[in-house]
Order: sequence, then C-alpha cells, then structure tokens
Amino acid sequence: MKITRQDVEYVAALAHLDLSEEEITRLQRELDSILTYVDQLNRLDTTAVAPMAQVLYAAPPDVALRADQEGKSLERPEALAAAPDATDTFVKVPKVIER
Amino acid sequence: MDDLPRSYSEIRPLLERRQLSARELSEQHFQAIEERNPQLGAYLWLCRERAFAQAEAVDQAVRTGAPLPPLAGLPVAIKDVILTRGVATTAGSRILEGYLPPYDATAVARLEQAGAIILGKTNCDEFAMGSSTENSGYFPCRNPHALDRVPGGSSGGSAAAVAANLAVAALGSDTGGSIRQPASFCGVVGLMGTYGRVSRYGLIAFASSLDHIGPFARSVRDVAAVLGIIAGRDPHDSTSADVPVPDYLAELNKPVKGMKLGVPREYFGPGLDGEVKSKIEAGIRKFGELGCEILEVSLPHTEYAIACYYIICTAEASSNLARYDGVRYGFRAPGVNELDAMYRATRGRGFGAEVKRRIMLGTYALSAGYYEAYYRKAQKVRQLIYQDFVKAFERVDALVTPTSPTPAFRLGEKTADPLQMYLADIYTVTGDLAGVPGISVPCGKSKEGLPVGLQLMGRHFDEARLLRLAHAFEAAGGFEL
Repeated sequence: MKITRQDVEYVAALAHLDLSEEEITRLQRELDSILTYVDQLNRLDTTAVAPMAQVLYAAPPDVALRADQEGKSLERPEALAAAPDATDTFVKVPKVIER
Repeated sequence: MDDLPRSYSEIRPLLERRQLSARELSEQHFQAIEERNPQLGAYLWLCRERAFAQAEAVDQAVRTGAPLPPLAGLPVAIKDVILTRGVATTAGSRILEGYLPPYDATAVARLEQAGAIILGKTNCDEFAMGSSTENSGYFPCRNPHALDRVPGGSSGGSAAAVAANLAVAALGSDTGGSIRQPASFCGVVGLMGTYGRVSRYGLIAFASSLDHIGPFARSVRDVAAVLGIIAGRDPHDSTSADVPVPDYLAELNKPVKGMKLGVPREYFGPGLDGEVKSKIEAGIRKFGELGCEILEVSLPHTEYAIACYYIICTAEASSNLARYDGVRYGFRAPGVNELDAMYRATRGRGFGAEVKRRIMLGTYALSAGYYEAYYRKAQKVRQLIYQDFVKAFERVDALVTPTSPTPAFRLGEKTADPLQMYLADIYTVTGDLAGVPGISVPCGKSKEGLPVGLQLMGRHFDEARLLRLAHAFEAAGGFEL
C-alpha cells in the first residue's frame, strides 16, 4: 500500500475534514488505487518538458489589467446576508483564542 | 408536453405574430416541469417570479412594437453551479443549501439582457464532480430516454431538461467533459468553448485552469445563438479572452466542403463500445459525403489524460473548496465551540463522498514531498497532451471522435469504483487539458434506444468552424444516423 492510515489522517487534518472511521478505511483504499493508476505518468520522461499551468492565448501583457479606479462593490448587508451567524458589521465565529 | 416548441427558430415567429406570449410559454414549461420533474430530477430549484417578470418585459416589448432582443422569450435552465441573484444556488451540495447569491454570473446576466427567460437551476454532481449526476447532494437525475440510466454528468440536469423539453436551452459547465458527455448521453447538442471564450464570473470554481461555461440545446443553431450572447471579454473575469466574437449564426451556413477532419486513432481503441464505434464511423462517413477530407491522426499521449486530469483537477479543487468553512455562507455545523473544530465538522458533514475524495487526493498531491512527483509531473504531461493537439491541428481543421466510450450507463453501475467512473471522461478530459473547444452532437441511437454522441474538437477560438460542421451534419440527417 502506498497510502497508510497515518497519511489519510495527516491529509484530512491539512484539508480541515472530519472523517469517520469508515471514511478513513475507505479513503485509504480508494486513494491507494487512484494513485497506483496515476503512477503510469512516470512511464513518460518529462525532464525537458515545461510544465503547463494554464492555457494561454496571444494577448497584450496588460490585457487583464483595468484602470486603477474605485469600483462598486457589494453593500455590507448584502455581503453578510448569507453568513450563518453575523452582526450588522461582522461575521461571527466560535472562539479563536483563550483569554 | 410534446406540443411545446422544439427550437427558438419556432418560438421567435410565434412571439412576433402574437400567437404565443412569453408568459404562456413560461407557464407551459413550468407545467411540464411540475409533471415530469418528480420522476426525472432535472431541476433542483425553480424561479417562477423571476421568469414571469422577464416574460412580462418581453410581452410588453411585443405589445409596444419595441425591438425584440436576440433571445427574447427563450426558456433556459441554468446549472446550479452558476450564480443567480436571489435564486438558490447550491452547486448540488448540502454545504450551500439555501444559499442566495448577491449577484448574477455574467453568462446569466447576458442571457437575461438578451431576453432569455430563466426557469430554474438544474441538478448536477456536487461541485460539478462526477460523470453521472449521482453525486448530487439532493437527488439523482435520470435520463429521459431510459429512466434506469444516468443522464451523464456533471451537467446532467441541464442535458436532461433540454432533452425532455423542460427548457429550450441550458447552461452547463465543463471541467473534464461535464457538458459534452451528458449532451451525448441525453441526445442533445452541448458545446464547450475555448478556455477563456465565456466568462466564468459567477461560476462556482472547481478547477480554475479547466472550468468552462457553455450551452446546451436541441439544435446547433440554438447553441450558436446562446454562445454568441455569452461569449466575449468580461472585465470581471481576468481569464476571459479579449478575442472578437464572430457572428456564429451567420457562419452556420458556410460550406464545409474541403475541410480536413482528423480521426485520432487513440480514440477508437479498447474500451470503446462496439455500437458507439459503428455509429461514429457512420458519422465520419457522413462528413465524407459532405465533402470533408478524412485523415487519420495520432494524439499519442491520450492514454495519460485521465491520470493527468485527476491530479490537476483535484489539486485545484482542494484549493478552491477551502472557502467552504461555515463562516461567510452556507452550512455551519451547529454546537461546535472552537474555530478549527467548527471548520472540520462543517466540511466533514457538508461535503459528500466524491467531493471529500477529491479534496483528499488534491491535498495529498500538493502536500510537502509529493508536489513534484504528482502535481508538477501532471502539469508536464498536460504540456505533452496540449502539444499533441497543436501538432494535429497543423494537419487538420478539426478532430472527430466519440464523445463517450459507451452510451448512458445504469444508475449505480459505476458508483462503487471511482476509477471506473473517471474513465467515462476519457475522450473529453483531453479537450479541457488542451483548452480547445469541443461540441457533442447526436449521432443516432443504440439498439436499446440510447443516444450516441459524436464529438468535434477544434483549434483555439475556432468555435465557428465546429458549429458550421455540426450544423451541416445536423442538416444532412447525421443526428438520426
């Protein structure tokens, strides 16, 4: 097995995911199977290949830049309307630090 | 409701001659949805008030003789990963249940400005992750051609709605085939434009270097009409291309004679269903009869595409989905009194199995010690796949392939093995990785009556040619081969 139970727990912690006992067992098996499949990429010699992050089209370098002018943004009540817990001015979250 | 108009070309003159009002047309669609959606599961959320307000504006224009916008009265469905102001948008996920976005996606705003009537939001795999719409956090969607079969995915609800006449056109999103594969399974036309052709402002991000918005309809003409409205530069999306948008409708009737079509041999190997193969071969002969020159080409890195895709898309997804933490929108796990624990509980309970699997895979691929071996490696292989297309397009004007290796499979058939589900995208992920446009058109049915889809892929920003070829194919009876 490429993936250990500890790997699954470590990655779940990085990803902020609570997993059940059953999910940990299943994910260990599934990730192992998928990564074994992905290993076929190593059959290709890519030492001289430039990585491709995104498809780019020929365009002037400043095409994605707009004038540095203030634009309209969401009003605060609209921006806060979907928060599970909020005051008039802030979103509220559980305690972050002990006092 | 088989008496509903089939295409916008039928609707437009009826509206202009006042034989049908936009209000009546919308009501007919909502009635059909009420009758059939409980069985089909194509729509998640409806927006009657918004639709009727828009219909009233169209009818008002007709009454006063004001000029009608290009898509006036067109009933459209919007995939639930695309934001609609004040109308529920959940990406098919419980973690966004009840979310009402404060703004419209650009594609949605442009459709409404063009007079289209938005009926509702369509079912999809959670966060567009899946190939069957079985990963919906609400209920699965079924294929209108056979209710025990999936409609494909992830935009299965959009494809099924159009196929079942519950909308005339629809928007979907395509990251690895999520427009073209369900179009193929449901026997409709679905187009993914070039990367950057259509603004993604307001598209809930899955994998940002691969995500596209694109149209579904029952005719190539309607797909061309919708694309013409939603395509083009948008200041709200820095990745939208500043490339002129041709008049796609005017391009449709230009000749296809003499065009060179490439048939990539890697798309006809083991794993391709025999019936699909023979239908696609008949489709290729049809293009030959239309005067196209058929050439065999090779895309030698095709076999690596699924492995490459599932590293890149999951890595990007793990980053994009970090924002669902129970703070600014959506679900928050109740009764957890510490911030980190609240994040973990919210995400653990809010996300479904496939989304968790992909977040885990992507986080692993990006984690210290594995970045080079997986993510960097996949980006390099992506370059090789892209170069395959560059080389092929030096010889041919477009590629013709099956859209999917099989017709629609049964619900539950592939849910036990994620890898088997991923392989359903084998002929479509390549287009997303290379950023080239692709269209799926119907190409006959299997003996069991299941639609087969033929895919055309083209050079960057050459959608007009794909539409022209697809239109010629439709006009020559290719859809009923």
